[in-house]
Amino acid sequence: MEPFIKHNGAVLPLNRVNVDTDQIIPKQFLKRIERTGFGQFLFNDWRFLEDGSPNPDFILNKPGYENASILVGGRNFGCGSSREHAPWALLDYGFKCVIAPSFADIFFNNCFQNGVLPVVLPEETVNQILEKAEANPGYQLHIDLDGQRVWDEDEEIVSGFEIESFRRYLLLNGLDDIGLTLERDDEIATFEANRSTHGGVLTGD
Amino acid sequence: MAPKTMFEKMWDSHIVHEEEGQPTVLYVDLHLVHEVTSPQAFDGLRMNNRKVRRPELTVATADHNTPTWELTKPIIDPIAKAQLDALDKNCDEFGVTLYDRFSPLQGIVHVIGPEQGYTQPGKIIVCGDSHTSTHGAFGAFAMGIGTSEVEHVLATQTIRQFKPKTMEIRIDGTLGKGVTAKDVILAIIGKIGIGGATGHAIEYTGEVMRNMSMEGRMTVCNMSIEGGARAGMVAPDDTTFEYMRGRAQVPQGDEFDAAVEQWRNLATDEGATYDTVVTIDGSSLEPHLTWGTNPGMEGPISGKVPNPASYEDAGDRESIGRALEYMGLEPDTLMTDIKLDRVFIGSCTNSRIDDLRAAANIAKGKKVSDSVYAMVVPGSAAIKKQAEEEGLDKIFTEAGFDWRIAGCSMCLGMNPDILSPGERCASTSNRNFEGRQGKGGRTHLVSPEMAAAAAIAGHFVDVRDW
Repeated sequence: MEPFIKHNGAVLPLNRVNVDTDQIIPKQFLKRIERTGFGQFLFNDWRFLEDGSPNPDFILNKPGYENASILVGGRNFGCGSSREHAPWALLDYGFKCVIAPSFADIFFNNCFQNGVLPVVLPEETVNQILEKAEANPGYQLHIDLDGQRVWDEDEEIVSGFEIESFRRYLLLNGLDDIGLTLERDDEIATFEANRSTHGGVLTGD
Repeated sequence: MAPKTMFEKMWDSHIVHEEEGQPTVLYVDLHLVHEVTSPQAFDGLRMNNRKVRRPELTVATADHNTPTWELTKPIIDPIAKAQLDALDKNCDEFGVTLYDRFSPLQGIVHVIGPEQGYTQPGKIIVCGDSHTSTHGAFGAFAMGIGTSEVEHVLATQTIRQFKPKTMEIRIDGTLGKGVTAKDVILAIIGKIGIGGATGHAIEYTGEVMRNMSMEGRMTVCNMSIEGGARAGMVAPDDTTFEYMRGRAQVPQGDEFDAAVEQWRNLATDEGATYDTVVTIDGSSLEPHLTWGTNPGMEGPISGKVPNPASYEDAGDRESIGRALEYMGLEPDTLMTDIKLDRVFIGSCTNSRIDDLRAAANIAKGKKVSDSVYAMVVPGSAAIKKQAEEEGLDKIFTEAGFDWRIAGCSMCLGMNPDILSPGERCASTSNRNFEGRQGKGGRTHLVSPEMAAAAAIAGHFVDVRDW
């Protein structure tokens, strides 16, 4: 996994609440057996018209947003299906960071597993960013994960953000957690050994 | 010892390692696997030369993109076939039990787990599928995970989790005639909103839940994720134990009775508290249906499609307006005036034998409307067989419903069962997102009874009047 330390990039303002993972990557594209190649299908049903041509009304197709790498959306971003294809598609397209007032749990977790940073900012700040990015295609934000800070060029937007230190550590170092858990092999084995004395029935005691 | 909720008991009894500021390492008792979210995880194991730690605690089935017509026909879609083939190969290579599409025990992953008795109280159960919350109906802590976590569980038999908060949703009273578990959960999501339970594990309590069948409890728990919850659960009781007794994978004889005594201890202790409590009056509920593009956009059958102009919040006006445009609905339309093109009875939410009996009871001796194409897709090969032994298939086919073989089918339309653009469907599934059942398709979520009645009438009807 690529480490995420600092990022500076253009904003795609997706001014909708409850963007679900069915929209981020529709089901007809979930049949691939690789982690890559999903970017071409990102937001497919919003992005393309019936005849397959780009939908000119969808923000991603408007001039000036082609190279956006920071997606800013409304509350409850990433709700619905657990498909990790959603962050795979975002990453494959070129997004490194998603900013929203709140995220659905599974999507939020899936982002960290793939080096995509989900940032929770107050709804008021998100709305300000959306406004600026809608008015100025190419509007840029800076994100510093170590310093837990987001700001824009003229420092009209400056905000800190919260993130669990464990998640920050993994992202900063580009680590996945399987290796870390495997270091606990003895503890897992001990748990298994004790549990089998209960005949495999867990009681909750 | 301080009183604990059922969730806290399960959490505490599965801790392998905990450390301040880190997600807790929890042991996983059952890992369910399907073809769509597992190939990349098995690939990860191969790349790192890792094994499946406990293949005997891992069970796989092919459900998401299996065709639901004849088994003998080849799969037309080469990419779907590659994914099904990958599951065969991975299960073979890593020693995982697989119920493939030809197995007599095949079915939707959340249907066969309980059916075979893999699903048991007190277990931590995970699957790369958000509707894993279904298994919570048995008093398990069951949650959907992403593919990277699938790989983590395969390699370590554990999962790392930050502890969710707890939420009690208490449904008091008694459900009236024609009001089902589906109506209960739709009403709950309508009340709390689709992000209302984010970061929480829900426990459903109250008289309505105590009197509900296991099939009904599974329907309720299944849609916990539609309220944003990490998991949903119901304390196990005699209804649970009677449902489980004798199933293939549960302890048998005296061992089962001994297990039951242990399982009874799981219930939330007197005096334990939840972070949030929500109450619903079950007696006042009526059949519900969705009108919009997420499960929280729902209302009672006696009502009307909402009018965005009557909402104060600009965001609400915008999202409701957009939903109605997508759904092709005029504000203030009576729910019973909404006409349908398709009806789908199936999915991990409502494809169990009780669901099929309830729908058949409505359809018996009637005919599907000329303007509607209706299909019934049982949740598993075993349910299909049982339904056929009970003659339910005859009732459906004589009424003009298509009777299919088991799979996820048109719940998400990964196989060829999809809506055409603009088609309107009454569906017993769990998501009415834009394009969920086919690009441009319009989905209304309802109970099996409401779906069957709508198929016959050609429009929504109040099943209380049926």
